[in-house]
Amino acid sequence: MATFLGIDYPTLWFLVVGALFSGYAILDGFDLGAGAWHLFFKKEESRRIALNAVGPVWDGNEVWLVIGGGALFAGFPILYASMFSAMYIPFMLFLAVLIFRAVSIEFRSKEKMKWWRNTWDISYSVSSILMALLLGVVVGNILWGVELGPNHDFTGHWLDFLNPYALLVGVTTVALFMMHGAIYLAMKTEGKLFAKVNTLLKRSIIFFIVSYSIVTLFTLIYLPHLTDRLHENIALFVVPLLAFLSIANVPRLVSKGKYVMAFLFSSLTMSFLLILVALELYPVMIMSTVDPAYDITVYNAASSENSLRIMLNITAIGAPLVIFYTIFVYKTFWGKVKLDETSY
Amino acid sequence: MDVEILSRIQFAFTISFHYIYPPLSIGLGLIMVLMEGMYLKTKNKQYEQLARFWTKIFAITFGLGVATGIVMEFEFGTNWATYSRYVGDVFGSALAAEGIFAFALESGFLGVLLFGWNRVKPIVHFIATFGVWFGSMFSAVWIVVANSWQQTPAGFEIVGEGLSARAEITDFWAMVFNPSSVDRILHVWIGALIAGAFLVMSVHAWYLLKGRYTVLSEKAFKIALSVAALMSILQLVTGHSSAAGVAVNQPAKLAAFEGHYNTEDQADLYLFGWVDHEEQKVIGPYVPGGLSFLLDGTFDTKVKGLNDFPQDEIPDAINAVFQFYHLMVAFGMYFIGLTLFGLFLWWRGKLFEYRWLLWVFVFSVILPQLANQFGWFAAEMGRQPWVVYGLLRTSDALSVVVTANQVLFSLIMFTLIYALLFVLFLYLMNKKIQAGPYDESNTESRPLQEGMAESFK
Ligand code: HDD
Ligand code: HEM
Ligand code: HEM
Repeated sequence: MATFLGIDYPTLWFLVVGALFSGYAILDGFDLGAGAWHLFFKKEESRRIALNAVGPVWDGNEVWLVIGGGALFAGFPILYASMFSAMYIPFMLFLAVLIFRAVSIEFRSKEKMKWWRNTWDISYSVSSILMALLLGVVVGNILWGVELGPNHDFTGHWLDFLNPYALLVGVTTVALFMMHGAIYLAMKTEGKLFAKVNTLLKRSIIFFIVSYSIVTLFTLIYLPHLTDRLHENIALFVVPLLAFLSIANVPRLVSKGKYVMAFLFSSLTMSFLLILVALELYPVMIMSTVDPAYDITVYNAASSENSLRIMLNITAIGAPLVIFYTIFVYKTFWGKVKLDETSY
Repeated sequence: MDVEILSRIQFAFTISFHYIYPPLSIGLGLIMVLMEGMYLKTKNKQYEQLARFWTKIFAITFGLGVATGIVMEFEFGTNWATYSRYVGDVFGSALAAEGIFAFALESGFLGVLLFGWNRVKPIVHFIATFGVWFGSMFSAVWIVVANSWQQTPAGFEIVGEGLSARAEITDFWAMVFNPSSVDRILHVWIGALIAGAFLVMSVHAWYLLKGRYTVLSEKAFKIALSVAALMSILQLVTGHSSAAGVAVNQPAKLAAFEGHYNTEDQADLYLFGWVDHEEQKVIGPYVPGGLSFLLDGTFDTKVKGLNDFPQDEIPDAINAVFQFYHLMVAFGMYFIGLTLFGLFLWWRGKLFEYRWLLWVFVFSVILPQLANQFGWFAAEMGRQPWVVYGLLRTSDALSVVVTANQVLFSLIMFTLIYALLFVLFLYLMNKKIQAGPYDESNTESRPLQEGMAESFK
């Protein structure tokens, strides 16, 4: 099998997909989180500032989901086909929520009536929370395993996806995104609103640490297969350790008022957690709860080597460009939010 | 109804709805680039005002395009799992390229386009606008390449058998430049540019009729009319070239386009008509030998008729395919006539003198939309019963684990959500258009101006 730097192509593409989803979590994570807080702000002015803090960037953030989805389809068509047809109903709901979120942002500012703005505010906030929850539920199910039969086809019922473990991971994801979003808002606001965000931020850190601890406990007790890999190779303990350290760092930096650094560390936390998930599962991507023979792995789901090679080339050319415009956009809108006539 | 028909309806419905917006975004993108370019060149503030105005409309079409596009991306996996497994290897690279090259470019610069007016220099803003437009043109490329590959597959080999069979890519460039992709990309691009230009003409014609923003509107109208006229003529060329390609690569589709049942030495070209499937003939006025002539310039070229194909390899809804195709062509001819007439009057200095003509422009906005939709319907229904032409049947392409009830649920859900979106879309467009290029209603969001108004009291 062809390799690059000693890593075979399916694994490389797995890393690419992983990097995309972790980029997605970091980027859309803060705007989903900011959205989740939206109703906590009572004054119209505050809501507008909070909304405009994410205004120019949320669409670019969501593109990471689109690219991640495309990368899954391209690199692991078997996974893409099995997973999305299995999760038909949850996924359709996810799409509905995603549409509502996009249009709420777009439409809220278009009318001044109070009921109009309130309706879209609620829709924006609820859909942000639900999106985070559903994303977490997906991760939860990937950790838990899915009832896959022959040909990797799903044999269970769609309600199985809402099992308690997955819901717990979902809630933790909401907490994580809310913490991340609050840090972002702290960077973007000033005055009274800033003070308010700061209080909310402290609460969300507690919320996250509590729910994260519960998930970890639950995982250790009920999902021993996940920790096997870590037991086999003690060196891998570095990853959970790093995750833990970067989580612990967040409240410390926040209390010192170093929000940019705190944001960096909450981003790192997300990456470490995703790396942890990947390490615990690899080379399996979705475990079958029926029979290991039906597991979807990096190897049995991958596209042909030729196709992967083409896509790796495309990525190598494209990635620097994407990074370039991302930096450009964030630089343009750096600093505290100032409303003008082009704002939402 | 079974899963197959429900999934087909859902796919057709969701993509048709998606396809209302991207053509407008692509078309408006070009016009905005031209307006900002004129501003940079002439330093005339009016062009900037126009560009700012159209940016607001663009924000609406773009937002809806994004929201509905994400549905499309995942629908391949949810509803057409077997298809996704089959084509993923080939088609994936096109989608990956679309995401990384096009969507990232578009949405990255979109923030600057919409919110950067007061933050960056005009030239940087122009570059951002261009970036967004270029990105949207580029995203059309890859998705149409993917679709063209399933119309005319190339650059692949089939590996495996039965359930695990799939197409694997052997030659990337042969896949990208499959026999129909160049014609179809050009045709789709131009269709989008026509749609955008007609929207601009419609809105400014309406202002002219109402006597509002006259100076601005005349400028904008002329820009859009030039684009529309050029593109309408080019569309005939690319459309003809597509048809010639269809004749070679998908002869059964061509026969369906023309309702051509029997293989004859002289194939007729119907201007319009009604396909009588029982009697196997078309009722309507025709040019004798016209189809033969269009294909290779002589009136007596044999064109294979539907009856000479295996009967399970021809499209099922012949009359619908015929009608969609003919309506698209008819609209295309109408655009050529209308825009050339407009150019003629412009040349005589009478472009804005006839109120009835301005009304015609106001209402014509709907026709490019219809032409775009009908073109896709003809192309896609004419491809049936194949999903991947000659290789994979639509009935085999489904997700085996998805039930009819689930699809019915999602279909109803999308119908409700999209109905709401469409109402909001029309409402907001109307509101933006009524408000016009100088949007005074927004003082609340302009703290500075509010302050100024206060101090004048
Ligand atoms: C890259 C793929 C792709 C692209 C760009 C398009 N389609 Fe398509 N279309 C499909 C891939 C596809 C498909 C997945 O292959 C379907 C689903 C079932 C089928 O037979 O083909 C399909 C079916 C399908 C049908 C139903 C045909 C039937 O069941 O008789 C319609 C009406 C359209 N499409 C319309 C469109 C429109 C308006 C498009 C423009 C935006 C479009 N398609 C772009
Ligand atoms: C099944 C086919 C299609 C899929 C899977 C699809 C997918 C998508 C996705 C995921 C987005 C959102 C991207 C973002 O977040 O920025 C999008 C938007 C867009 N799509 Fe599609 N699309 C399809 C058909 C088409 C076609 C045929 C065109 C050709 C003109 C097109 C042109 C665009 C453009 C220009 C945008 C940017 C948003 C806009 O301009 O409205 N799409 N599409
Ligand atoms: C003027 C005469 C026209 C001719 C002869 C023509 C011809 C064609 C043909 C043969 C196809 C099918 C291609 C295929 O199945 O591979 C097609 C598709 C299409 N047409 Fe046209 N067309 C014309 C005008 C227009 C106009 C004015 C528009 C829109 C403004 C338009 C939009 C489309 C679209 C969106 C498709 C589907 C995409 C594709 O298959 O290329 N067409 N056209």
